[in-house]
Amino acid sequence: MSSEGDPVFPEPWAAEAFAMTVHLHARGVFSWTEWAAALSAEVHRPGRAEDGSDYFDCWVEALSALLAAKGIADADQILGLQRSWQRAAEATPHGQPIELANDPER
Amino acid sequence: MDDHHYDAHDDHHHHHDNRYSDMQARVRALETVLMEKGLVDPAAIDAIVETYETKVGPRNGARVVAKAWSDPDFADWLRRDATAAIASLGFTGRQGEHMRAVFNADETHNLVVCTLCSCYPWSVLGLPPVWYKAPAYRSRAVIDPRGVLAEFGVTLPQTQKIRVWDSTAELRYLVVPQRPSGTEGMSEAELADLVTRDSMIGTGLALAPEAGR
Repeated sequence: MSSEGDPVFPEPWAAEAFAMTVHLHARGVFSWTEWAAALSAEVHRPGRAEDGSDYFDCWVEALSALLAAKGIADADQILGLQRSWQRAAEATPHGQPIELANDPER
Repeated sequence: MDDHHYDAHDDHHHHHDNRYSDMQARVRALETVLMEKGLVDPAAIDAIVETYETKVGPRNGARVVAKAWSDPDFADWLRRDATAAIASLGFTGRQGEHMRAVFNADETHNLVVCTLCSCYPWSVLGLPPVWYKAPAYRSRAVIDPRGVLAEFGVTLPQTQKIRVWDSTAELRYLVVPQRPSGTEGMSEAELADLVTRDSMIGTGLALAPEAGR
């Protein structure tokens, strides 16, 4: 994406999603062909940003979909955990590590 | 004067300071599932992230610093309104956070802390290093900044005060290191090569001209 040192990842979560994907592939959870097909499906979905600014949103959607297809995590479970992490973040005072256990509804 | 020193500043931020965007929370959720299934080892993820860290963006911050060294008007703007001055170079955060630039001088050295990677100026510095996210760094940087700097190989004169800045989700800091001597006549691009990531967090100094080549 860049040889001049412009950022490759827009935000840290994008780098983490990237790293998880590389790691899962290395562990044989999916092949790169499967991954490429999943990502391609998301990138080409109607309504995606023209300028590619939501590329890593697509990346995360593709990873979620592939894990669901592999029977590793279903969409409801992922969404439930996502909301739980958001409540945990809100409930965590600044300077403390954000932990899932901080979700008041858990 | 707007003087957010550590103690006074921290009091204002006890609630709703932390927010995860949908994508941030989604990635956490995936990580949680994968860890429960034993499919992801956090250390391996950190290692991959470290590998890519240098490709992510400290060069943006280096360009800001090099421009401030070369252009007094820009330096002045950066001091007054870092958010706008930095945005003028095309570096903006998607979360709308504010930036403040703190300038090192003979009297004062600045050091930035926060345990949360969401409180890191990633639009100019890229990904936070693993040590920056460690609780030990934050607590020790507050209690014994001189000792922490020594571990990074930085020894400051006793006469130079150390000021510790605590980043928040809304306000993030960029340290502008002192311009090294012997750099007169260097171009902005050459100067930017002397500006390390750590020098913009305050755990390092800008490189001497020979070292940057």
